[in-house]
Amino acid sequence: EKTKTSFFSKLGKAVVGKSKVDDEVLDSLEEVLVSSDVGVNTTLKIIERIEARVNRDKYLGVQELNLILREEIAGLLSETNSGDETDYSIPKDKKPYVIMVVGVNGVGKTTTIGKLAYQFKKKGLKVVLGAADTFRAAAIDQLQVWADRVDVPIVRQEMGSDPASVAFDTLSSAVSQNADVVIIDTAGRLHNKVNLMNELTKVKRVMQKVVADTPHDVLLVLDGSTGQNAFEQAKQFTKATEVTSLAVTKLDGTAKGGVVIGISDEFQIPVKYIGVGEGIEDLQVFNKMEFVDSFFSNKA
Amino acid sequence: MFDNLSEKLDKALHVLKGHGQITEINVAETLKEVRRALLDADVNFKIAKEFTNTVKEKALGQDVLTSLQPGQLMVKLVKDELTQLMGGDVEGINLSGAPSIILMSGLQGSGKTTFSGKLANFLQTKKSKKALLVACDVYRPAAIDQLHVVGEQIGVEVFSDRGNTDPVAISKAGIAHAKANGFNVVIIDTAGRLAVDEQMMNEIANIHKAIEPQETLFVVDSMTGQDAVNTAKAFNDVLNFDGVILTKLDGDTRGGAAISIKSVVNKPIKFIGTGEKMDAIDVFYPSRMADRILGMGDVVSLVERA
Ligand SMILES: Nc1nc2c(ncn2[C@@H]2O[C@H](COP(=O)(O)OP(=O)(O)OP(=O)(O)O)[C@@H](O)[C@H]2O)c(=O)[nH]1
Ligand SMILES: Nc1nc2c(ncn2[C@@H]2O[C@H](COP(=O)(O)OP(=O)(O)OP(=O)(O)O)[C@@H](O)[C@H]2O)c(=O)[nH]1
Ligand SMILES: [Mg+2]
Ligand SMILES: [Mg+2]
Repeated sequence: EKTKTSFFSKLGKAVVGKSKVDDEVLDSLEEVLVSSDVGVNTTLKIIERIEARVNRDKYLGVQELNLILREEIAGLLSETNSGDETDYSIPKDKKPYVIMVVGVNGVGKTTTIGKLAYQFKKKGLKVVLGAADTFRAAAIDQLQVWADRVDVPIVRQEMGSDPASVAFDTLSSAVSQNADVVIIDTAGRLHNKVNLMNELTKVKRVMQKVVADTPHDVLLVLDGSTGQNAFEQAKQFTKATEVTSLAVTKLDGTAKGGVVIGISDEFQIPVKYIGVGEGIEDLQVFNKMEFVDSFFSNKA
Repeated sequence: MFDNLSEKLDKALHVLKGHGQITEINVAETLKEVRRALLDADVNFKIAKEFTNTVKEKALGQDVLTSLQPGQLMVKLVKDELTQLMGGDVEGINLSGAPSIILMSGLQGSGKTTFSGKLANFLQTKKSKKALLVACDVYRPAAIDQLHVVGEQIGVEVFSDRGNTDPVAISKAGIAHAKANGFNVVIIDTAGRLAVDEQMMNEIANIHKAIEPQETLFVVDSMTGQDAVNTAKAFNDVLNFDGVILTKLDGDTRGGAAISIKSVVNKPIKFIGTGEKMDAIDVFYPSRMADRILGMGDVVSLVERA
């Protein structure tokens, strides 16, 4: 809170009644944004937008400035979040609605799947999980624990089996059970490993043999503490699987996850969920303004 | 996504070309590019600023007496400074205990369990040690299973106690088991935790106090951004750890967190992780890391072009 206040009062003093933002203000804004992992490119873009606004509107008050700042930053985030924290809705005309979860190693894919399954189940939807991470040690057991916790069925094979085959089985099983939602876990993989990225493309293709135009949602999970490399992750996973939404995890720590602003802007992918802990309830629907506000408050 | 520094510096160095001495004016543009490259590589904001100031002080007024052009001199200064920052005396792993106890720590998903396996495998195959892995993550679903699978892959025994939810007790029992059975290295895998989670930080402080490890390692994901300094500092405040492990360097991250962490806690980076397999472990080379952070695959060619 201290940082937030001091930042805005500094900003206010330097800008109110002026028609141009001075360097000192821009410097502290740059510090706040870069320190939140927004990145230099996106930070420059935000600063340009604010300068343009200040130039146009002239003689701003602190309140207005505060608002403009948040608006301009949030404006880069793709325009699709509902802002309703309990909104875990899925399209009704797609049954089963298939979500494939992808991302680099250790970002929180499996955990996010457990939390999501819980939310869907709470809404009365019939959920099936697919354990298509057949590579990492005890990855299947980990998803099994989540399936048991949420009390939803899981489709699994042996460790080392073909992930595409698991995904195929999962969809087949979901169709025969008349399930509403299918969530497919995949192994963590670094986006510069061509073979592993091709494997994902294949998993996707094989699923389409069971239900056409699946997966309906390819959810890329990003670790909130990741820096600029997340850009490359978004780029490469999009190339391999056409990512349709983002989840940012581990925002219960001091990391701010600011890199998603530039990603959402550049690739036009909405952020849907944020992870705020390891518990089953620790998932939230993404809220732009709260997210942007967190850059200016100090948890550390 | 990011132009690499060599391209950027090439552009900036046009300003320097033709000057016989580095001055305030001709150095400014170059340093701006260096700072930008560091930020793009996730070096902490404040540290990037300090770093460029240091380089500037070293550069200013330097005569270019030798065959080096001012641009070449700048590149060399930047790289040397970075290498020095991340280097220092690396003592390797302290194996003086009987048994030697190694405690792993770090955020969630950083790679502790995987690295525990790699280190056990390394010590067993390269250093002829008999290693025991101890499963003290009582929280993450299937964490104990994961360590058992890892242990099986490398032929290392894993000590666990599934009914027990007290990691302090498990770690002590694991060490007792090691002593009774002739193990000379004990590697304690712990749960991931956030630095702001007081209860969990107390827990690892208690483990640390109870087992008095020879070696406490802080495991950090090389893709970490600006938060690396906060986390490293918080863990160091609690554990006064002995070394840093930088994981997932088989990716294409520039890994600026390495500089940030080193600057903040001044502890050596001892090993790096370069893959998911058990043999994907390497020692840390500061000079290679400097090249990587600067996005300079080949510094020599840059110097030739400058
Ligand atoms: N604090 C916190 N921890 C989280 C969050 N989401 C996941 N985690 C933890 O992060 C670690 C890794 O999570 P996983 O779900 O296993 O990640 P993953 O992406 O499936 O990992 P791989 O399958 O190995 O690539 C676990 O310890 C989780 O409990 C979150 O929002 N906050
Ligand atoms: N590519 C790559 N993946 C790695 C490396 N080290 C670990 N991983 C992967 O990163 C993910 C997380 O590793 P873990 O060892 O489970 O991490 P952890 O710190 O024990 O996680 P928690 O116990 O949940 O806190 C897994 O998918 C590992 O296979 C590495 O050096 N390179
Ligand atoms: Mg997983
Ligand atoms: Mg672990």
